[in-house]
Amino acid sequence: MSKIEVKELYKIFGSHPREALVKLKSGRSKEDLLQKTGHTVGINDANFAVDEGEIFVIMGLSGSGKSTLVRCINRLIEPTAGTITLDGEDITKLSAEKLRVMRQKKIGMVFQRFALFPHRTILQNVAFGLEIQGLDKATREEKAMTVLETVGLKDWSHVYPEQLSGGMQQRVGLARALAADPDVLLMDEPFSALDPLIRKEMQEELVELQERLKKTILFITHDLDEALKLGDRIAIMKDGIIAQIGTPEEILTNPADDYVESFVTDVDRSKVLTAENIMFRPFAIVRDDDGPRVAVRKMQEEGFSNIFVVGPERVLLGIVTVEKALEAVKNNVKDLHQILDADIPMTAPDVLVQDLLPMAVTAKVPIAVVDENKRLKGIIVRVSVLAGLSGMEVGDDGVPHTD
Amino acid sequence: MEFRIPIDQWADFIINYLRINYRSFFRSISGVIESFVSGFEGLLLVVPVIIVVAIVVAIAWKMAGRGVALFSLAGFLLLLSMNLWDQTARTLALVLTSTVIALAIGIPLGILASRSDPTERIIRPILDLMQTMPIFVYLLPAVMFFGIGPVPAVIATVVFAMPPAIRLTNLGIRQVPAEMTEASIAFGSTPMQMLTKVQLPLALPSIMAGVNQCIMLSLSMAVIASMIGAGGLGAVVYRAITRLEIGSGFEGGLAVVIIAIILDRITQSVGKGTTRKVN
Repeated sequence: MSKIEVKELYKIFGSHPREALVKLKSGRSKEDLLQKTGHTVGINDANFAVDEGEIFVIMGLSGSGKSTLVRCINRLIEPTAGTITLDGEDITKLSAEKLRVMRQKKIGMVFQRFALFPHRTILQNVAFGLEIQGLDKATREEKAMTVLETVGLKDWSHVYPEQLSGGMQQRVGLARALAADPDVLLMDEPFSALDPLIRKEMQEELVELQERLKKTILFITHDLDEALKLGDRIAIMKDGIIAQIGTPEEILTNPADDYVESFVTDVDRSKVLTAENIMFRPFAIVRDDDGPRVAVRKMQEEGFSNIFVVGPERVLLGIVTVEKALEAVKNNVKDLHQILDADIPMTAPDVLVQDLLPMAVTAKVPIAVVDENKRLKGIIVRVSVLAGLSGMEVGDDGVPHTD
Repeated sequence: MEFRIPIDQWADFIINYLRINYRSFFRSISGVIESFVSGFEGLLLVVPVIIVVAIVVAIAWKMAGRGVALFSLAGFLLLLSMNLWDQTARTLALVLTSTVIALAIGIPLGILASRSDPTERIIRPILDLMQTMPIFVYLLPAVMFFGIGPVPAVIATVVFAMPPAIRLTNLGIRQVPAEMTEASIAFGSTPMQMLTKVQLPLALPSIMAGVNQCIMLSLSMAVIASMIGAGGLGAVVYRAITRLEIGSGFEGGLAVVIIAIILDRITQSVGKGTTRKVN
């Protein structure tokens, strides 16, 4: 079951949101509602589910409704209609008291501009949620200290927020959200206010941290690179509507509409495309028990000067060049094992294209893409690495072409 | 034919009605305030003056630094040399009593006003009235309710000095950044927890400015209040003026200024001490 499920969620700002909602559902346009009734549609029929332990990124430009959406989850903003369930419990129907308990124990939040309390020390900031829960001083400070250690700031526990850099402040923000050990983290553009280099560092730290903590994270951003880097899945929002939900790869390779596509075309592809995306079907292969004659014939058929040799279950053994194969035929050598070269460039499917560049430059034969059992998944020729970087499509024939 | 709304008659009627029907109520208020004033005054006079000076100088040193401490010491020595300590004690007692009452009512009202816009809309014109209505207009009814002496002086002073405490408390809380209150709510605060742990601490510089204003306005009422028999330094000035004794009038006035500066610097520094952390 999903950790969080959002169904038919609407948020309309204005004096009579319910009446406006009826009009919206009956087909009136957003612009019409704004002009004739003064109501703004913040979220328009959002539906999604977040799995446990997943980083779910909601990405959109300012005004797309992403911040409103995340605030509906813990009801900092009251949704106009729809349901939000967390562990099967409908948050929208909780009493004020139950909602407070849920905010205290189950949902932590990290804010764009950190929102640390300037009158409290770092330790007191991190312990804030625990203090609100009514834990005694010793217990809450001990817990807060542990979390501060997790984010690498335990030596700073007694200073005030203003004395820390932006990156450190946001680590405190993260520690504060983690202090009560909630299942769910809401992160509202947490790294947007940071310098690019610090932002990158924080993104990597979050990925590391998440591997240990396995929280369910709703991450808001306007930065597609960040979304692609962090998101297990990404929801792209526009004008209060979720335009597409998918894995980074799905979004990149199969944008749902022009809007999403216009985003995606700007992406630095080498940072998101992996070996898997640019490899093609290995058509020139021989079984190791086939022998040199078969190898020569297949190379002649396909017009290649070398061929990959695989064993049972397509486990890659090495490569045979046409010269060696011809020589073996002449000398009546029957076993391919004697003439194959096992020292060939290999890579895993999830290696980034940009990291393949050095290998592609020096490799004299195609790069073999193999899985953890060394099974041959595909091959990459030098030209497809370059094509991948330049944004051209690579066809099944391994030949790059533009649309 | 002349059209006239008889506000004057209404006011007279209300004052008389209250005076006759709520006599015991005003008596008991009178008793409380009277005992406050004489309590503070007695305390200041019973303790040897040297100890009072030492305490004030110590507080000034801790809160506002060496300069203010030295000024306080010099100021008090001047007061003593002018032989005005008894009157100063009475004035301080009036200021203290008025300030305590004004804050005890004003800060909660300020908090209320900050929490709801309708409340603020109701309170604001009342504050305008309290601050701009000429003092003598309510000094006289105060005398009618409470007789002459320190009690009507305190009442009038409270009316006059309370508005800045309300306004600045309200303002201070409303100026707490929305992201702070949002964070507080996101971690599950009750409204009370948010008020005591986030809003009031962050509004403290503004609230302290209100306290400071409240004290200064109370002191500025000291001279006027002497006209209805409140006593203190105001009485020194008032008597000197009526007898055209410029010199002793100047002494009384100087004493008020000295007290004002000491109280101002000390209370201002309390507000500043917290601003550093806020910004």
